[in-house]
Amino acid sequence: MENEKAILPEVQQIADAINAAVKNAGVTVSINPSPAEQHSLLLFPTKARECAQWLKAESPWQLDYLSNVSGNDWPEDAITKQTPKQPVKDAGEEPMHPCLEAVYHLYSIRQSLGPIIIRMRTENRSDKVELPSLTPIWRSAELQEREIFDLYGIHFEGHPDLRRLLMWDEFEDHPMRRDYVEPDDYDYEPTPHGDVLKKSLTQQEGTV
Amino acid sequence: MTPSPGRPTEAMPQFEMHATGVEGATEGTERMEVSMGPHHPSTHGVFRMDVELEGETITKLKPVFGYLHRNHEKIAESTSYLGSMPYTDRLDYFNSMTNNWAYALSVEKLAGIEVPERAEYIRVITAELTRLQNHVSLIGFLVQDMGALGTPLMYAFRERERILDLFESLSGARMMCNYMRFGGCRCDVSADWIKQAQSVVEAFPQFLDEFEALISENEVLMARSQHVGILKPELAIDAGVAGPVLRATGVNYDLRKVDGYGIYDRFQFRVPLGDHGDVYDRYMIRVLEMRESVKILQQALAEIPNGDYVNPKAKLRGFRPPPGEAYGRIEAPKGELGFYLISDGSPKPYRYRVRPPSLINLTILEDMCLGQTIADAVIILGSIDIVLGEVDR
Amino acid sequence: MIGKGILKGMVETARNLTGSFHDPDRLTTVEYPEQKIPAKENARNFPFLIYDGDDWETGLRCVSCQICEKECPPQCIYIEKDKEKKPDFLGKMQMQPKIFDIDVSVCMGCQICVEVCPFESIRMDNDFEYAGSDRFKSLLLTKDQLAKSNKYYHSIHPTEAQETDEIRVQKREDHLAKEKAKAEKLAKAKKEAASKAALSKAETAKEE
Repeated sequence: MENEKAILPEVQQIADAINAAVKNAGVTVSINPSPAEQHSLLLFPTKARECAQWLKAESPWQLDYLSNVSGNDWPEDAITKQTPKQPVKDAGEEPMHPCLEAVYHLYSIRQSLGPIIIRMRTENRSDKVELPSLTPIWRSAELQEREIFDLYGIHFEGHPDLRRLLMWDEFEDHPMRRDYVEPDDYDYEPTPHGDVLKKSLTQQEGTV
Repeated sequence: MTPSPGRPTEAMPQFEMHATGVEGATEGTERMEVSMGPHHPSTHGVFRMDVELEGETITKLKPVFGYLHRNHEKIAESTSYLGSMPYTDRLDYFNSMTNNWAYALSVEKLAGIEVPERAEYIRVITAELTRLQNHVSLIGFLVQDMGALGTPLMYAFRERERILDLFESLSGARMMCNYMRFGGCRCDVSADWIKQAQSVVEAFPQFLDEFEALISENEVLMARSQHVGILKPELAIDAGVAGPVLRATGVNYDLRKVDGYGIYDRFQFRVPLGDHGDVYDRYMIRVLEMRESVKILQQALAEIPNGDYVNPKAKLRGFRPPPGEAYGRIEAPKGELGFYLISDGSPKPYRYRVRPPSLINLTILEDMCLGQTIADAVIILGSIDIVLGEVDR
Repeated sequence: MIGKGILKGMVETARNLTGSFHDPDRLTTVEYPEQKIPAKENARNFPFLIYDGDDWETGLRCVSCQICEKECPPQCIYIEKDKEKKPDFLGKMQMQPKIFDIDVSVCMGCQICVEVCPFESIRMDNDFEYAGSDRFKSLLLTKDQLAKSNKYYHSIHPTEAQETDEIRVQKREDHLAKEKAKAEKLAKAKKEAASKAALSKAETAKEE
């Protein structure tokens, strides 16, 4: 922990500032081992909106511009797998649990700084998939959170209009999850590829 | 869509709308729901708006997405890093060069690859040429939406063609260039190509003068576009609006200046800003930006150094970035285009996310259209400059 | 004055109209099927396979290494190896493809197969007037349809073809030099062995 503090003074500084300003915020730093060195702040979902509000309105960084919201899926096997290595490490804490994650990339237009990255994680991947919506704070998240709800199935509480964005309303699954299985109801064309050819042939046999 | 009382629920063609509106207009106006699109010529693709009208005035507008959705991000997760490059061409198919650059930039951040100087120059040149052809065709489409059928659009496409010819002789394809690689570009530019590009760039300001004489002072255009679709800067920042739409509100935020990615800090250019945030400002911003792009191009074409066009250490096959994540963004012609990548050390990205400027700029479509007439919604949408390949991905 | 801007625009239109009669720069379209704009040298459409010499079956450069099949982003290439080998331009025995299909209804002309091919075998064609009468068979190009001569390659991409030929000449020279070095080494080793044997023979004779 001491070493990491020396490596990432800026992100740790921000985390400390949030912890000082918001009661029981419990913000920790998530370390990014890649050469990009974009480390992120891991927020508690229950305190996330308070922290975000502080970051936008009162903090010295004035993060007024939310650029990107991304969903991630961390199923059990992606976390426990030793090789290839873990892309995101949490400083100090216990290892990551299987979860869905929302990552927000924040910038400040007034001070031209960024990106400052915050991330939130759901409790699990099946029934406790609620996260607080940050749309009331940055409207930029409106369509992007809808997209994550659509493709990952994170339920953003407090979102003004949480509907599917890209898939049709009757669609049931969440296609960007890593364990998503494609439905096998296409009309396969007889392409030369092994498995598609096999599928198309079995389909033709079935229909004839 | 909830049916309004006494009205059929399905979409009605526009010409009927006026007829019924007049018929029923005994006292005041009538509430009506119209579904514009997905096959409406002015929606620039398969995009639909559920519009609620009071007479001709818009009281509610909900954009509907997804007709062109192909889950680009999922496809990228199942192919190699290099294999996603040609797919990025098909995001915003007007600007394949900048899409390539944004993706290459993010991967270079993720893997810590350096880009040789000549490659940076080539990237700036191709990106600015892309900006020229995007803006020129956009203003052609925009005035077409306002009723200037044909003529300005054809003039715009005539100029765009010259730039596409340059792209074709450089990369082999006019629109699906697939030109950038991690750590540089796919092939070198010849001295001959630079000469050709110079002559195109030198002739461009003259065309802009002509185009402005043709349309900028046109009274119909001014009447249709001034004080229409006004966007306030506070809302624009809050809603993550980027690019020319943001700068038309007067917010000085151009990533070429702010981030200075690539080698943009070496060139002298100015960032044009609007002050009303209406459709006319968005039109003018694009004309002015093209003039600045010409300046950048003149400098870059004159100064381009010799050297490698690609980092010789960068691998083409079997490329595995170290584990970690990176977010890279550039100022694409339509706004801030970003790529968020997570690598787990394998040859395929664990997560690949596109920050589509066209989609996020549509967040404020309803806010801009409320209180305007239905005919204005068409030009407000046109002035945002969307491409459905990027909106729906 | 109202209408001034419109008048100004009209003047511009008139200038373009009259200009199109004497300035070829203002008349940019051609009557397509009768007139054609010559293709740009780099223009690409779909891939083809190069063969050396006159007979496509013996001269085909492809050694069915299947790298292009693996790297192709939309997976439009299908290769099956032949059991019989044939000599390549260096005289080495190499594999050859039994089946080499490209599904051009899937191919997006991205040129990645060309970049990864280590045998200068697959290159991009610039023939864009491609049409077939049915959906599957006529859009599935087989080995005999894909094979085109090196002469043809020179006629469509002269600069690139020249570079490719130079690479191959270099490869042959390297190969010959290697062979020569190998042969010399072998001869030297033989000589040494012979002299050693002679020496030992003499020694044994001496001892006796």
